[in-house]
Amino acid sequence: MSHASEHTADAPAVLKEVNPAVKPRNAMVGHNRSFSWITEKICGIAEEKTPIWWWWCFGVACVVASFTVIGITYLVATGVGVWGHRNPVNWAWDIVNFVFWIGIGHAGTLISAILCLLRQKWRTSINRSAEAMTIFAVVCAGIFPVFHIGRVWYAWFLFPLPNSNYIWQNYRSPLEWDVFAVSTYGTVSVLFWYVGMIPDLATMRDRFNAVGKTLKARLYGFFAMGWRGSSRHWSNYEMAYLILAGISTPLVLSVHTIVSFDFAVSLLPGWHTTIFPPYFVAGAIFSGFGMVLTLILPLRAIYHLEDLITQYHIDCMCKVILATGTMVGYAYAMEFFIAWYSSNPYEGFAFINRAFGPYWWSYFIMITCNVITPQFFWFKAVRENTTLVFVLSLFVNVGMWFERFVIIATSLARDFLPSSWGYYSPSIVEIFTFFGTFGVFSVLFLLFIRFLPIMAIAELKAVTPQADPHAGPEHT
Amino acid sequence: MPAPSIPEPTAMADKPYGIIATFDTPGALMHAAEQVRDAGYLKWDCITPFPVHGLDKAMGVRRSRVPRISLAGGITGFCTGMSMIWFMDRFDYPITVGGKPLFSPLFAFPVSYELTILFTAFATIGGMFFLNGLPMHYHPVLNYDQIRRGTDDLFFIVIEKIDYRYDPENTRALLAKLGGREIQEIES
Repeated sequence: MSHASEHTADAPAVLKEVNPAVKPRNAMVGHNRSFSWITEKICGIAEEKTPIWWWWCFGVACVVASFTVIGITYLVATGVGVWGHRNPVNWAWDIVNFVFWIGIGHAGTLISAILCLLRQKWRTSINRSAEAMTIFAVVCAGIFPVFHIGRVWYAWFLFPLPNSNYIWQNYRSPLEWDVFAVSTYGTVSVLFWYVGMIPDLATMRDRFNAVGKTLKARLYGFFAMGWRGSSRHWSNYEMAYLILAGISTPLVLSVHTIVSFDFAVSLLPGWHTTIFPPYFVAGAIFSGFGMVLTLILPLRAIYHLEDLITQYHIDCMCKVILATGTMVGYAYAMEFFIAWYSSNPYEGFAFINRAFGPYWWSYFIMITCNVITPQFFWFKAVRENTTLVFVLSLFVNVGMWFERFVIIATSLARDFLPSSWGYYSPSIVEIFTFFGTFGVFSVLFLLFIRFLPIMAIAELKAVTPQADPHAGPEHT
Repeated sequence: MPAPSIPEPTAMADKPYGIIATFDTPGALMHAAEQVRDAGYLKWDCITPFPVHGLDKAMGVRRSRVPRISLAGGITGFCTGMSMIWFMDRFDYPITVGGKPLFSPLFAFPVSYELTILFTAFATIGGMFFLNGLPMHYHPVLNYDQIRRGTDDLFFIVIEKIDYRYDPENTRALLAKLGGREIQEIES
């Protein structure tokens, strides 16, 4: 307050009487928990004996994941024809699932990078698990394009490596841009996740050392790189983290922009629109936050993390979903408007066909889940009802999958010539492969919960009130 | 808070690395760090479980040089992207596809942009490790039996023996005066 009084010294007299309202700050950590409580709570999750529920979930996840293995094995052994695509729908579930999973990943980067730049402290309790979600989602996304190329053992042709044909990749194609975008995204996400985890791995190393578990201490210590909490290190570390956040922000926006270029750069009605990049990015963040809530709410309940993931955190996430969901709804409306306003008969037909054509049911599901669902988050009572938030987050996930399906299948199934129109339905192999990716994702996420610190311990401590060096009696 | 205890002189290390003192709050650490800085010590460090806001200034640590390495990485990445695409599609094996030009910075941009970010990320992290001298799995500070608390909830100041102002008696007295407790020498 001393600064305020200095400024008002030469200000008009009336201003001296103005007392700015003190806006109460939302506590990031409930019940004013201590540093050691935070360490104990989060390390304890990875250190305790494996709980029974974990084995059950892991078993179920492995069974589900085996569906992907079966689907892919059959595809590799037989050929891409086992999937349901045929003329005119030559891109279908594979790209739908790819975009769906990549989009889910984007909330992780948004939380870790964009919210870091915006100094949103509430990100600290969810960023670690959201980044893990990003990486695992990218793994699931990668499966589809890699196997859609048919001869998967030639997947390395996508990368600029010299091959026996002496031909290089075609950099005029958005699909090649996508290769670089997604592989960069995966790599940078892993690096960001890992760098953020180094201090916490050091904490776990020291804890294992203290109880004499040398093998575990060495394993965690190997990845902790000998981190010792030196302030000179923290200085470089914080700068590096800030730069990573700074470059991840344009990265996450560019990745989904380039994914949307796969469609927008084509000449197909319904795809060839300039609204796609921002609309895809908003949709990606919308779906990603849906998935974050789907994952975090059960974790919060199982491990009693209510003091670390407070109602304020849930409120913030619901509001992001509300904002991005409304943007997506606006984009749907604007697409229709532009289709009519452009007076292009093909464009107009593509949109009428989306809503009232043979795929009307998927359009209906999309609108219900993506436009109507988030509007419930206007109400505080809804945001405070954890069960309801969880259910709504599932609807968001479903809705965003259907959005991609609507865009891809309806545009391809009825293109220019009515004689070449078709109707696409997935084959059982595709259904198996997609269903199984939820298992792949869950297996990876369960392993993450079991072995790694699920929250950024050091960052959480830094946002508690007692971490402020000016809070103590020394600086009164 | 336990009473400050100064170990017996018999607890002296044979080959000391330096003296370590414990502080309980970030405020106490920051206050002490300012004094150690003003006393003219150069080879010393604070051990904290999380980055303490403003401690850089209290310690007199310069702004990090990581951004320079990041910038170098970014420029390398962008140039790599542009020259790679020019070399492959224009120089080494030109093929006309869809009547488009063999090279244009416009279609080369998305890939170069991604490579800029990729190389910046590697340079940033590599630079951070290089400037911090990591990985370093053996360090005398990690020998301190209470170091576990330094990644948990306590704050340490370590003054190294190689500092030219280091003096076993005076340095210890300074740390004690600043409110440090559990002051002891650590083995190198």
